[in-house]
Amino acid sequence: MIVVKNAVKSFMGVKVLDNVSLKINYGDKIALMGPNGAGKTTLVRSILGFYHLDSGDIEVNGFNPNKHRTKVLENISFIPQTPPPIKLNIEELLEYVSKSSKVSPQTIEEEARKMDLNIKKNLKKPFFKLSGGMKQKLLIAIAIAKNSNILIFDEPTANLDPKAREKFYNLLKELDKKTSAIYITHRIEEIEGLVNRKIYMDLGKIVEDEKIVNQDVK
Amino acid sequence: MKNLFLIAKLDIRESMRSKWFFVYLLVFGGLMALFFITGITDSVVMGFTGLSRLLLIYMQVTIVILPIFILITTVKSISGDRESAILEYMLSFAVSLRDYYWGKMLGRFFIVFFPVILALVLGVMWGVFKGGELPWKMLFIYSALLFSMCAVFLGIAFFISTVVKSHDVALGASFVVWITLLAFLDIALIGLMLQNRWNDEFIISLALLNPMEVFRVGAISLFDPELTVMGPVAYFLLDTFGHKLFIAYSILYPFGLGVIFAYLGYLYFIKKDLL
Ligand SMILES: Nc1ncnc2c1ncn2[C@@H]1O[C@H](COP(=O)(O)OP(=O)(O)O)[C@@H](O)[C@H]1O
Ligand SMILES: [Mg+2]
Repeated sequence: MIVVKNAVKSFMGVKVLDNVSLKINYGDKIALMGPNGAGKTTLVRSILGFYHLDSGDIEVNGFNPNKHRTKVLENISFIPQTPPPIKLNIEELLEYVSKSSKVSPQTIEEEARKMDLNIKKNLKKPFFKLSGGMKQKLLIAIAIAKNSNILIFDEPTANLDPKAREKFYNLLKELDKKTSAIYITHRIEEIEGLVNRKIYMDLGKIVEDEKIVNQDVK
Repeated sequence: MKNLFLIAKLDIRESMRSKWFFVYLLVFGGLMALFFITGITDSVVMGFTGLSRLLLIYMQVTIVILPIFILITTVKSISGDRESAILEYMLSFAVSLRDYYWGKMLGRFFIVFFPVILALVLGVMWGVFKGGELPWKMLFIYSALLFSMCAVFLGIAFFISTVVKSHDVALGASFVVWITLLAFLDIALIGLMLQNRWNDEFIISLALLNPMEVFRVGAISLFDPELTVMGPVAYFLLDTFGHKLFIAYSILYPFGLGVIFAYLGYLYFIKKDLL
């Protein structure tokens, strides 16, 4: 469902994606690893249509992310590396999400409740004033409520305490068999139970790509 | 389209809570209200005899400060969000870039223009309270001039905001724009004229291209057709074009320029990397 063909992207003369080719199928749950600056975030942002490639091609469910932004993003849930300091309050953020993605605020509230986050109590609070963990939980709740067939998480558990991390796993274990997921992570042991494929990037190239048999993954 | 209005609405709500908007409302809303009120009563009571010194000062202050205020508060709307990764998150949802850009623009326009409308309403209420015929035409034209002035600086600000990646550089760039336009107001132009460094046609063209000067001449001439205080360039402009034509120009030109800049910014936004 995601096909990356010979993707090249440079920033200031440096090839950050150096001829990357990759195919992600329905149901692939991927741990995307590699040192800082390897190009993981750039790859993921290209899939999301934030960058225009120098050469090569990306298709998500058959659509180019630059030319058919909305068609591509309708099916993707994304959580960034660090929760951004959004100034909208929770109610407004939920309005933005629900109207642009056709999820109901109730669904998001339910997902949040599964992680012990009470949204109703915080509706008027600006997003950036929530604690780090609360922000992360809300972003996770939104991502899951969207019910997308592709999930992209850029270091999703960075701000979570162990208990919240546990809850997060349990939620992700529930993911549909056909849902694809990409977890960018430095700590593979934290998401080991969730993935069935490991991709390792370095210096803009994919240096390792292995499928792993995992009983826990549907 | 639905998302465009959603984005505009949320941007307006966010701005309304911010401190800069409060200051803006107080300073410009207050300033302009005062201006309208005294302007209206003056003209109602004295029948268009012209502008008092005080009013003139207000007007000059508005001309100088309104643009920089619009620039510095608006220039961060894309570049700031890009730097803080807010843009990354917001644009990971299925909204089109067209809806996002123009929605933000519409929201900002409302916020910037809102104090003007408020002042206008206050002015009219005051005029009615004082009694007498209200100078509707004058009010209408002056509002159109302000609308146009807001448009041009919003357009420029959005252009800078999308093209420049970092928020600091964007701020610096808007400051340069402001200083440059300021430097070519009447006062400076007179100096050049007197020194005979450049030929007059060139100086007149400069004046005509400068939206700040165009607004200044248009606005002051509206209240003081005698043009006692405007400077030789302004006098020349009005003399050559005639009052009606110049007023039309001073409404249409800044608006058009703003639209062009906004559109260039939009092209950049959809064609280049977003982050
Ligand atoms: N928008 C950008 N402009 C310039 N350089 C960038 C940009 N985004 C990423 N880079 C550079 O590209 C390289 C790879 O970055 P990134 O994809 O974020 O790596 P990773 O996520 O694997 O740590 C880094 O050297 C980074 O500085
Ligand atoms: Mg990264």
